[in-house]
Order: sequence, then C-alpha cells, then structure tokens
Amino acid sequence: MRTVAFREALNEAIAEEMEKDDRIFLMGEEVGHYDGAYKVSKGLLKRFGEKRVIDTPIAEGGFVGVGIGAAMVGLRPIIELMTWNFSFVAADQLINNAAKIRQMSGGQFTLPIVFRGPGGSAHMLAAQHSQSTEALWAHIPGLKVVMPANPKDAKGLLKSAIRDNNPIVFIEGEVLYADQGEIPDGEYTIPLGVAEVKRPGTDITLIGWSKMVKIALATADALAAEGIEAEVVDPRTIRPLDEELLVESVKKTKRCLIIEEGWPFNGVGAEIAYRIGRRCFDDLDAPVERLTGADMPMPYNHHLEQQCIPDVPRAVAAAKKLLYLE
Amino acid sequence: MSATEREAAELHEKSRLPEKAELAKYYHQMLAIRRMEEALAKAYALRKFGGFLHLYIGQEAVAVGALATLKPEDYVIATYREHAHAYAKGMTAKSIIAELFGKATGCSQGLGGSMHLFDASKNFLGGYGIVGGHIPLAAGTAFASKYRGDGRVTLCFFGDGSVPQGAFHEGVALAALWRLPVVFICENNLYSMGTPLYRSLSVSDVSQKALAYGMARDRFDGEDVVRVRDRVAEAVRRARNESLPTLIEIRTYRFRGHSMSDAGLYRTKEEVEESKKRDPITFGRELLVRAKMDEKDIVAIEDQVTAEIEEAVKFADESPELAYERLAEFTYKE
Repeated sequence: MRTVAFREALNEAIAEEMEKDDRIFLMGEEVGHYDGAYKVSKGLLKRFGEKRVIDTPIAEGGFVGVGIGAAMVGLRPIIELMTWNFSFVAADQLINNAAKIRQMSGGQFTLPIVFRGPGGSAHMLAAQHSQSTEALWAHIPGLKVVMPANPKDAKGLLKSAIRDNNPIVFIEGEVLYADQGEIPDGEYTIPLGVAEVKRPGTDITLIGWSKMVKIALATADALAAEGIEAEVVDPRTIRPLDEELLVESVKKTKRCLIIEEGWPFNGVGAEIAYRIGRRCFDDLDAPVERLTGADMPMPYNHHLEQQCIPDVPRAVAAAKKLLYLE
Repeated sequence: MSATEREAAELHEKSRLPEKAELAKYYHQMLAIRRMEEALAKAYALRKFGGFLHLYIGQEAVAVGALATLKPEDYVIATYREHAHAYAKGMTAKSIIAELFGKATGCSQGLGGSMHLFDASKNFLGGYGIVGGHIPLAAGTAFASKYRGDGRVTLCFFGDGSVPQGAFHEGVALAALWRLPVVFICENNLYSMGTPLYRSLSVSDVSQKALAYGMARDRFDGEDVVRVRDRVAEAVRRARNESLPTLIEIRTYRFRGHSMSDAGLYRTKEEVEESKKRDPITFGRELLVRAKMDEKDIVAIEDQVTAEIEEAVKFADESPELAYERLAEFTYKE
C-alpha cells in the first residue's frame, strides 16, 4: 500500500489505461497545457502528447458531442468537464445522444465513454458552482453514475469506468481532490455497481456517497463515543445501485439514515429510501430518514452555505432521533 | 455569360454526359427514394405506423448526388428527414420501410423509427431528432478519423433550421479549429418547419457562416444530381486530402409539408407548384435521355423501382416485431 491524493489516484487511473489502449484520449478545457483546472491531468500532456491530451475551447456542447461521435466509431474518450455545473450546456448531448444512441440504433452503436469532473459544493462558490448533479444523471436510463469517496475507490472505479462500454457520468467530489488515502501498489480495479461497507456496525445504517461518506464516518465516530455502533455503507455507484448490500445492512441494523448533499426533491436518497422501505418493511424499527442539502439554490455567504450542506451535528441528531434517543 | 464561359459550360456538360451507368444509378436511387416515401405516406394514411413522418420529396438530388462522392467506409450522419440519405448510403428499402413499420427486421430493430435510421455496416451513423444536436457528433467521427489516420470522410446533413442552434456553431467551430475531415451540408429548403428563412436568420446566405470560422464554403442549387455530386466532390477531396472541413449550402425545396400534420398554410400553392418545375427526378430522367439511354431502358429502371418498393412494403408488412422481453438489453451494453 502507498498513500496518494485523490487527484493523483485519478491521474494514475487515466495514465495506466491510456498506456494500455491507444484508443483512449483525454479531452476537455485546460486538461493539457494548464495541467488540468484541478490538476487531475497533471503531466499527461507531456507523457502522451497533444494527439491524446486535447485542450478544447469553452464549448461543452461541442466537445461532449465530439466525444460521443468518436466513441460511436470505436474510440474510447475520456471527456473532462471542468465542473459538472457546466454539463448543463451539454445536457442535450448527454441525454439525447449519449444515453439514447445504443437503444435508438437497435444496439448497433455502443458508447465506451467517460464524462468526468468535479461536483458538489466547495467553499463559497455560490449557486451556479455548487451543485450536486447525480440525481439528474441517475434519472436517465442509458447512463451510469459513479461517485468515489476516497483515493482507492477513485482509482479502481475510474479504471472500470474507462473499460466499460457504456456512457459513464463520473463525479469527483470537488473538495476531495487533496484528500490522502492508501491505495494498493499493483494493478487493481473496483467493479461498478458494488457498494462497500466503510465501517461495520450494528445499531443504525448510515448511507452516503462521495464526500458524504466522510460526514457519515465522522457521524459514526461521534455516535460511537456515546456507545452507538453505526454501519456506514457507500454505494459508490449510484446507477447501477447495489441495492442488495444496502438492504442487507438495514435488515441487520433496522434503522437507516441517508446523507445526501444534493437537493431532497426527487433526490437519490428518495429512491434509496423507497427501495429500502419496500424491501425492509418488516425489519425497520423507524421510518427511513434523509438528511439532504437545503431545498434552495446555494447561497454564497459562508455561514449560510454551511447550513445548507449536511454536517456531523445534524447527522448525529438525525441518527439519534431514529434510535429514539432524543 | 461570355462566349468562353458558355463554351466551358458546354464542355463541362459534355464531359459529364457519357457516364450513362452512373446517371442510371442516380436515377434509380432518386426514384426509389421518391417511391419509397410515397409508399410510406400512403401507409401512414392507412395508419400502418405512427409517430412523425418527415418526407424528403423534392430534395432527392441532394442526398443522392452528395453520397455518390463517398467510399463505403465514409461516415454519414443526418437529421430526422433522413430516409434518402440512408437509402443512398446503401441501406435497403426493406430495412428502412420495416423500421418505419416498427418491425424487428428494420435497420434499428423497430426501436428508432422514421427519425432514427442506423446501419453500422454501411457507416450510416443515424438520423437525429433534436435539430442540430448531431452536428458535434459529425465533428467527433471526423476527429476519430483524423486520430486514427484512416482517411475517412464524414458527411453531415442538416437543414437551414439547424443553423441558429448553438450545437451547429460549436460543432462547426471545433471542426475548423482542429482541421477535421468533415463536410457540413446545409440543405436549405427555405423553411424551418413553418418559418421562412428570413424570419429565422439575419442573413440569407447560410454559407456565410463559414467565413467566421475560417472554413471553406460553397453554395448552389440542388435540383441537378450531377452538379451536387461534382461540387460536393470538391469538398470531400478537401476533407480527404487536406483534412479540412467545408460548409456547403445547397438550396432545395421540399414539395411536402414539414411532417404529415403540416397543412402548409405558410406558403402559397403557386410557390409549391413553381418549385415542382425543378423536380430533381424529372431532371434526372432528362439527363438519361440526353445521355442517349433508350426509353425502354429507362422504363426498365422505373419498373424495377416499382417492384423493389412493393416487395419492401410486403416484407415490412409481414415482418415480426421485437418482443418486450428483449427490450432491456438495448439500454446498456453488458
């Protein structure tokens, strides 16, 4: 094992896969000469050259479409969106082309393509730059949605995403890039659609993904100090969702709190709560609860912003309520 | 026209006349497209299928002439008015009509319909239903050709209605920036649905859009299949040999409405009738007469087309539909 930053883990995944398969290229704004807006692509231009690491103008609808066209005829593009907030100008390409072409063509064309970049709030970036988009993308059949929480998952999942033959929405928590974590030394992948128990426990299940895994783990620590053993489960892939592991955990703990950074209405947590409610109806000792981002555009002001994002004190309070301790 | 110009024009005229077999092929294709769409309109009226049906009738020389310049490995991508391009790329009337009838034997197994004809084996990359949304994809397939150095050219068709869309500008701009081997063909039929060009664009010359991107351009009328072929060939040559894109505006006219529900109240009967005097199929037949093809040989082509379309309709009629149980496998690739 060795310790690397989240952004380095992603960089390794891209470099290793590009080394193996020359159909893979990386395209996006500032990915080349600037070494990446968040330095995920650092050094890749030098290593692979301008043919395979391609800077684009600011034209998401254009270069996302270019990636889709290239994937249709056999290349395996990695398209970097500087942030997922900018994906909306390419929404037609993602929804009407990427997600549909395989089906509309009767299965003749498949799209081995990864769209990746940072998502979620960071720090005082205000309404247009703080959005969690996973619920939107996961709504759409034809797309897969992947959200790693730590460097090990980031590398293993990105390698699987690059090797997958479907369009992948790969969302990297913007505040996770500098996080350090251990990763295996040799070659490894983590399959899409497989959740992971990040901390075992018996009293309540906390479900979170991307940076909410950190909140869930800190919440579990806080609860442990009070003698409550929380189990933290990270779906890692939002679509396809590893429903089995989530259900298994809740059947054991009989309580479930979903911690989601995104908005509540039609959120990913709403879907998970429905599935758990249906599958664990007879096992639950309390209704499934959600702690989500506030149902409003993100404010700029620091204190207001913090109140709009799930945090440990509120997660602890929500968990205790489910345990009838408050 | 000066005497020299006239002489040059006549020489040009003569130089293209001997290619009788080629002309016969174009005539066959244009007529088959016309008869196929007439059969589709009839079947639609009989409610044999539903959804949208956008007919290409009147514009046939554009698709046939443009695609005559391509090699089989070249890519073609088009709009929802793409029956002609699919046929001219080598897809059969059977696979097209069966697709519109929603049958499993259709080119997209009945999952795409009129607007989404695809055939990977013919490098026909589909018809797309969002106006202008496929234009960046054409830049993408051309990007792939340049990336691989495979020498292929992409032809991208769209209407004048696509030109105000952002996707048009982004796709064209990237193709120019990266010098991609693609030919953008705007089939300007003067109306985006029911809106005349002058109410949707600030310029009447669509090809001018190329100037802003430093791209080669061309502009001409599209009723003569040979003219279309020769002018598009120049752009295809530029794409293949110099890896440079071109924007071509081909002025044409659709004799039918935007779709089957279009009552056509935005243009006069006189205008439509006037345009029919420049029917590309009549003109295509005239080219054969001028090339001294025997009348009986021309009639033989026409009979052949009639039989081909009748047989295709019968095939589509009798074909099975895809079972619902199989549908899920088309959403994701295993």
